[in-house]
Amino acid sequence: MEQVIANGLYLGAQYALIALGLTLIFALMNVLNFAHGQMYVLGGFVTYTIYGQLKLPFVVALICSGVTLAIIGALMEKFLFRPVVRRSKREESTMLLAAATAFFLDAVMLLLFGEKQRGVPKIISGVFVSDRVILPYDRIVVGVIAILMIAAFMLFMQYSKPGRAMRALAQDRVAAQLMGVKVERYSMIGFAMGAMLAGVVGGLLVSITGVNSGIGGPISIKAFLMVMIGGAGVVGGAIAGGFILGMMESVGLTVLREYGDITYLVIFALLMIFLSIRPHGLMGKPWG
Amino acid sequence: MRKTSAPTLKIASAVLFLLVLLVAVPLLINATGRSDLYYTLTSVALLSIISAGVWITFFIGRINIGQGAYALMGGYVSAILVMNYGMSFWLTLPLAGLFCAVASVLIGLPILRLRGVYFAMVSLVLTEVARLLALALPITNGASGIVSIPLPTGISLFGLTLVPDFATLANPRLAFYIVAVLLMALCFLGLYRLAHSRIGQLCQSLQQNEELASSIGVNIAYLRVIAYALSSFLGGVGGAMFASISQSIYPSSFTVADSVNFMLNCFLGGLGYVLGPMLGTFVLYFGWDLLFQTGEFQLLIFSTVLIVLMLVLPNGLLSLAVPRKRSL
Repeated sequence: MEQVIANGLYLGAQYALIALGLTLIFALMNVLNFAHGQMYVLGGFVTYTIYGQLKLPFVVALICSGVTLAIIGALMEKFLFRPVVRRSKREESTMLLAAATAFFLDAVMLLLFGEKQRGVPKIISGVFVSDRVILPYDRIVVGVIAILMIAAFMLFMQYSKPGRAMRALAQDRVAAQLMGVKVERYSMIGFAMGAMLAGVVGGLLVSITGVNSGIGGPISIKAFLMVMIGGAGVVGGAIAGGFILGMMESVGLTVLREYGDITYLVIFALLMIFLSIRPHGLMGKPWG
Repeated sequence: MRKTSAPTLKIASAVLFLLVLLVAVPLLINATGRSDLYYTLTSVALLSIISAGVWITFFIGRINIGQGAYALMGGYVSAILVMNYGMSFWLTLPLAGLFCAVASVLIGLPILRLRGVYFAMVSLVLTEVARLLALALPITNGASGIVSIPLPTGISLFGLTLVPDFATLANPRLAFYIVAVLLMALCFLGLYRLAHSRIGQLCQSLQQNEELASSIGVNIAYLRVIAYALSSFLGGVGGAMFASISQSIYPSSFTVADSVNFMLNCFLGGLGYVLGPMLGTFVLYFGWDLLFQTGEFQLLIFSTVLIVLMLVLPNGLLSLAVPRKRSL
């Protein structure tokens, strides 16, 4: 049982980071970023190239993943989403754009990195063994880094000036603009941060599970799940959703093992029931 | 003056369009010998039926990325009825649609309360659920799917052959093409009627403001379930046809990518226009096929074109032809 909880916590920390990025972008721009999983994969490939191929330290690789994705996110916001949001009659048009960017990133990664599964050498070898829990050290390190990043992100959103500006934007775009918040600038920063989070998680996880160009879509779906559980556009909700999904996956894989591969089926079914009772997730605001 | 001639003009152009599809296109294909185009055009016709379903849900203001689930369901229902119970395919076609419609009512009752991105995300998840179900259920035969489904048999009424047995035909592709085009015509005719009927206008009121519509006395819960059931019906019929043409159905026949594509078809054609899904499907499918020659760059070019299209025409292709006028 302790093993299951430890696995769940470790998975949950990763998932929460992914969901945070998605929910941040959604809160600021009202854009459902279909390309989130692809951003995650791209982050993984950057780390793979720098840490696995060029043999530079893992930390450098992680930072590079984050920076690359932040730049890509900022560019996407400035040149793709901003004009479309401004000009289209229906806000759903951004969804098409996001889906097209997902295809685009998939294509680029397929061309640059091929379709093979890529892995990197372990960052720390060895396994932590106690009488109840067995966890490899690298998983512990990755989990701790993820939790630290979540904490840093929350502190940033709570106390820094850009963080406050972004929270204001998420609450009421027009009011924030009237109060002198530079809406366009902080939208861009927010998008970049969301993309950066996805990239960093990708970089973190490549050291454990490896990466291949096909997993972007499934990761996006998982991120959507977490956001739905917690409520879209709410930071606390994303974190809660991430941990809940991680825990359910961990428990499900253990409990439902003898029935075959139905963990996700059960999770989906539970989600449907949950959403019919609470359509806006745990903490989401009921908006139209 | 113009108003009186507009309906006749529309009917005439619709008939002309159908004639071109049913007579001129086969003649042209015969002349050029490109019989592989039959398959492509049949696919476009069927995909546009499925996309038309997505369009209906857009019409009530919901973003539906779950149409792949119903297409898969329809395909499986038809395949299982034909294979295990020996039913005629033509009977299973409406049954598949009805099955999906009933299923969508059950699923829709809770999830149609969601709006905006919430509904979009749930419907996306639905596609994944359908795939996992197809993998897990015993009757769907797991990952190996159902293969070598027989071709549709004939229908005869009082000794008169209405539809010939497809297995005896020299060119079943042509037959499938004609069936698909007729189905598509029927579907879009119905869609046009729906969009211009009283129900259609009520649906539009849902798209704009559900609370307001509800306060005027529109039964919004009933209306959106009906619209969703119609949408799923079309998805199921399209999926069943697809299973019959490819004579096989797998859990991966309709995936999340397909669901997203159905949505893209509607977007690309333009959400404000009945013919939007048809045009969008045609452009997307043919664009994808044409780019096949570029090999590994296919997806790259395709997605770049999509992004550029979105930047230049954020309101769909048909917004070019019908500027400013919001015609449905």
